[in-house]
Amino acid sequence: MKEVYLDYAATAPIDLDVKQAVDEANEKYFGNASSLHTIGQRAKGQMEQARETIARYINAAEANEVYFTSGGTESDNWAIKGIALAQMEKGKHIITSAIEHHAVLHACEFMEKMGFEVTYLPVARDGSVRIADLKAAIREDTILITIMAANNEIGTIQPIKEIGEIARKRGILFHTDAVQALGSMPLDVQAMQIDLMSISAHKVYGPKGVGAMYIKKGTEIENLMHGGAHELRRRAGTNNVPGIVGFGKAVELLKQNEAVYVAHYTQMRDYLRDRIENELDEVILNGHQEKRLPNNLNVSFAYVEGEALLLSLDMEGICVSTGSACSSGSLKPSHVIEALGLDENYLHGTVRFTVGRQTTKEDIDYTVDRLKSVIARLRSMSPLYKDSKNS
Amino acid sequence: MDYSEKVIQHFREPHNVGVLEEANAFGKVGSPACGDKTEMYLKIEDGIIKEAKFMTFGCAAAIASSSVATDLLKGMTIEEAKALKNEQVIKELGGLPEAKIHCSVMVEEAVRAALEDYEARQK
Repeated sequence: MKEVYLDYAATAPIDLDVKQAVDEANEKYFGNASSLHTIGQRAKGQMEQARETIARYINAAEANEVYFTSGGTESDNWAIKGIALAQMEKGKHIITSAIEHHAVLHACEFMEKMGFEVTYLPVARDGSVRIADLKAAIREDTILITIMAANNEIGTIQPIKEIGEIARKRGILFHTDAVQALGSMPLDVQAMQIDLMSISAHKVYGPKGVGAMYIKKGTEIENLMHGGAHELRRRAGTNNVPGIVGFGKAVELLKQNEAVYVAHYTQMRDYLRDRIENELDEVILNGHQEKRLPNNLNVSFAYVEGEALLLSLDMEGICVSTGSACSSGSLKPSHVIEALGLDENYLHGTVRFTVGRQTTKEDIDYTVDRLKSVIARLRSMSPLYKDSKNS
Repeated sequence: MDYSEKVIQHFREPHNVGVLEEANAFGKVGSPACGDKTEMYLKIEDGIIKEAKFMTFGCAAAIASSSVATDLLKGMTIEEAKALKNEQVIKELGGLPEAKIHCSVMVEEAVRAALEDYEARQK
């Protein structure tokens, strides 16, 4: 059976050049980057090259502002807990949004348990944080603003440059979770006045289990990991050199080809969007329609349930994800979909399609053709659809 | 989702889907806001369920539970149908994941609602 992968935002397959770099590092650069001997230093050299590549790509002032971690989740946790603990003398208030990734939200909830206060900014119907809401939420004791660069479910890009400017002016640290944004939109930590930024390799066709955090020089942050002098004494643990080398290679590819990748994502995504809009009734496109990630299409189909839709597509070999209800075992839609305030008939029928470098026009054609019959079948069973036609 | 073969089968090709025009018992449970809704249509003659159909908005477990329940109902007496429990539906499906038990409960409730409707009509 044909297989179509449209869940690149969940994870992307490793790029073959990246894989080659990882394989080579596993063989040639197996040394512990903390070891003083030649083999250790050889590994360290490779790691520092990757750090340099990533630092340049995000326009960090210095390579040493990039700290390698195990991935986006660790970076998010480190940013929130590390800043909260280091800055608690100044204040105990954190601002975030209602539609952050759980790595941010759950870390914030944890800090609430530890006696911090957190403001969760609501979002507009298109998923954007409103600057006025942010300004109104800032208090004397606000120590951290953490707002994602772009949303993983609905693709909306947040006004992080404006947020960075406000935060810097008020002397508040600004962290952004840029895990989904990396490789799909420009990220310039200096121009955007970002103090901390989380990124991850596997979303950009790199290996899994490696990520990084940008920390602006001079930022006071507590460590999460203790046990060694790695990463300038800020993140203990033997460095995952092959993973880091792979991350560096993945970012190098972005540097070289980002415009080509983005043009391809946009073309495939727009083609999918146009076909769905033209050939299916009663659908809503979620997220901001211009300020959005180029590879993301999030659609709510009225009168059908997301998990049934996902499973039906999976039976046709099409892999997507859903922000819907029953799939997670609860009857609630995801916190992101819930924050959008959709009509109840659309609330539970949300599917996220994310295209990637390997996506072809044939993939999209196949997907839309199957999607049409799947939707028709599920609607033919749906009492909500029947009632809508009778009324 | 960790579904049994039987659930997948019934989800893929559910039995007894549709509106039963000649139904004399009708029950509905759930709402769009809840994420699932089932309508149960029964035709009862001489105390026996002659025909059963359903319409369901919900996940694969909800659809498969409705399909199996309508199969089970056909030929049952009213008393037997009243005693139909979600556990029986689950057993017939070869099990349901813990998080999906509520789907079979919804179907049980829809059957009960239909039987109550039937009794109300007889008065």
